[in-house]
Amino acid sequence: MSIQTIEDTTVKVFPAKPAEVIAFTAKARRRIDPIVIAGKLASALVPPAIVIALMLVVWQIACSSPTASLPPPSQVWNEAYDLIAHPFFNNGPQDIGLAWRVLISLQRVAIGFGLAAVVGVALGALVGQSIWAMRGLDPVFQILRTVPPLAWLPLSLAAFRDSSPSAIFVIFITSIWPIIINTAVGVRNIPEDYRNVSRILRLNQFEFFVKIMVPAAAPYIFTGLRIGIGLSWLAIVAAEMLTGGVGIGFFIWDAWNSSRLPDIIVALAYIGVTGFCLDRLVAAVGAFVTRGTTAK
Amino acid sequence: MKAYLKLDHIDKSFARGNQVSEVLKDIRLTIDKGEFVSIIGHSGCGKSTLLNLIAGLTKVSAGAVLLEDKEVDSPGPERAVVFQNHSLLPWLTVYENINLAVSKVLGRSKSRAERHDWIMRNLDLVQMAHAKDKRPAEISGGMKQRVGIARALAMEPKILLLDEPFGALDALTRAHLQDAVMDIHSRLGSTTIMITHDVDEAVLLSDRIVMMTNGPAATIGEVLAVPLARPRRRIELSSDRTFLRCREAVLKFLYERHRFVEAAE
Repeated sequence: MSIQTIEDTTVKVFPAKPAEVIAFTAKARRRIDPIVIAGKLASALVPPAIVIALMLVVWQIACSSPTASLPPPSQVWNEAYDLIAHPFFNNGPQDIGLAWRVLISLQRVAIGFGLAAVVGVALGALVGQSIWAMRGLDPVFQILRTVPPLAWLPLSLAAFRDSSPSAIFVIFITSIWPIIINTAVGVRNIPEDYRNVSRILRLNQFEFFVKIMVPAAAPYIFTGLRIGIGLSWLAIVAAEMLTGGVGIGFFIWDAWNSSRLPDIIVALAYIGVTGFCLDRLVAAVGAFVTRGTTAK
Repeated sequence: MKAYLKLDHIDKSFARGNQVSEVLKDIRLTIDKGEFVSIIGHSGCGKSTLLNLIAGLTKVSAGAVLLEDKEVDSPGPERAVVFQNHSLLPWLTVYENINLAVSKVLGRSKSRAERHDWIMRNLDLVQMAHAKDKRPAEISGGMKQRVGIARALAMEPKILLLDEPFGALDALTRAHLQDAVMDIHSRLGSTTIMITHDVDEAVLLSDRIVMMTNGPAATIGEVLAVPLARPRRRIELSSDRTFLRCREAVLKFLYERHRFVEAAE
């Protein structure tokens, strides 16, 4: 009898519990969420805002004397106001807003980097897959990848006889090495089990590449792509300074030649923010594409 | 009666530089259609190598693997393998993992709708249809192994090769999966070869137990027939005299006549 009563009470209590618990957590979550989000936003935004404000103050004080060689932030704001406030103005072929110039540079990066991604992943797969391709190509890659981007420019100008394809080539040749090397490492690290699965299924080379190799090496490939996009953004600004045109790099060189220092400072800010966005964009695409890949 | 699968005087040695290490020596075995055969032996005796030879993932040094009188020396879906660590592709869902196999192996003979039904039927067989849209990382080890079995079965293999399929699982999950494998075997009558180092598992599941001697140059020491009627229930068998006798025979082989001496390496 006593045993039965104990059983009865436990049976009654048990189903009631989970319902309570679920309701409680749901309520608690809803109440806390906006505060948590605001707190996180504040902790992410306030410290950099304070640092930037301090830097501006120091800069203002340091460059306020009439003999200063660089303009203070207030002068930049006043003299380059139309560049800051109107990124999309268009007053004819050589007088356009900085956002347009950034877009033109981005277009070159897109072509050069896109080509580098396709060729780099293909070559990386070859080097990672074949021991003889690795022995033959790896030393060449290791030497070529140390050549600075601008050292390629005269050669590519001679080859293409035009500034725009030369700039694109410089981006291509700069960003391809980390893509090749990381893809090769990723392919070499594909677990033997995945290869065995593909052998049992008798996947052909193409099916293996698309269905096993690329997804399995995706985390490595995106590491390479992320380094590559950073390098190509570095290279395009330098290359445009030398080749001319309407990109953001040439704008800086042009501003220097006509002594518009405030314009240069605004352009630097544009370049920095754009590079940051590019890096985050590739990282976000990578996180989306490779979700689940690294988990065991 | 002709043998379904025949291992004909198989030798296997690995060469590293000038050193040749002989792993398997003169393996002779015939397996009938529908038979469930376990291969048991101490670790390092080359039983996984033997399974890889049958699967075609490794090439024999001498002798031949004959399936229905035809020599097989490369891997193929008619000898589907369930790997010890499941080796599901982590970027695909459970359904997509099986679909990769089904669309490659049966893509020509079945329409899209038929393939879908086939995938779902195999998932039902291992009771995993509810998790078809989950990724491998989101399901437990036992469930992953179930999906691995479903993927192998979905290839319509002539022989199902299980490479220590339950080795990485806890005892309770292992028992559930053993029951699932027995159930599938009784329903489909699939010819099955299982590598194991668990004596109870071998006796419970097999029609015959192949016992390997220790390496190097390991070979088949004894083959024990398990004359237990099917379906087998583990609780009834735990006190069954035939079961205990078989179990004792395997234990004696492994621990009296072929004790594993680690220092010998």
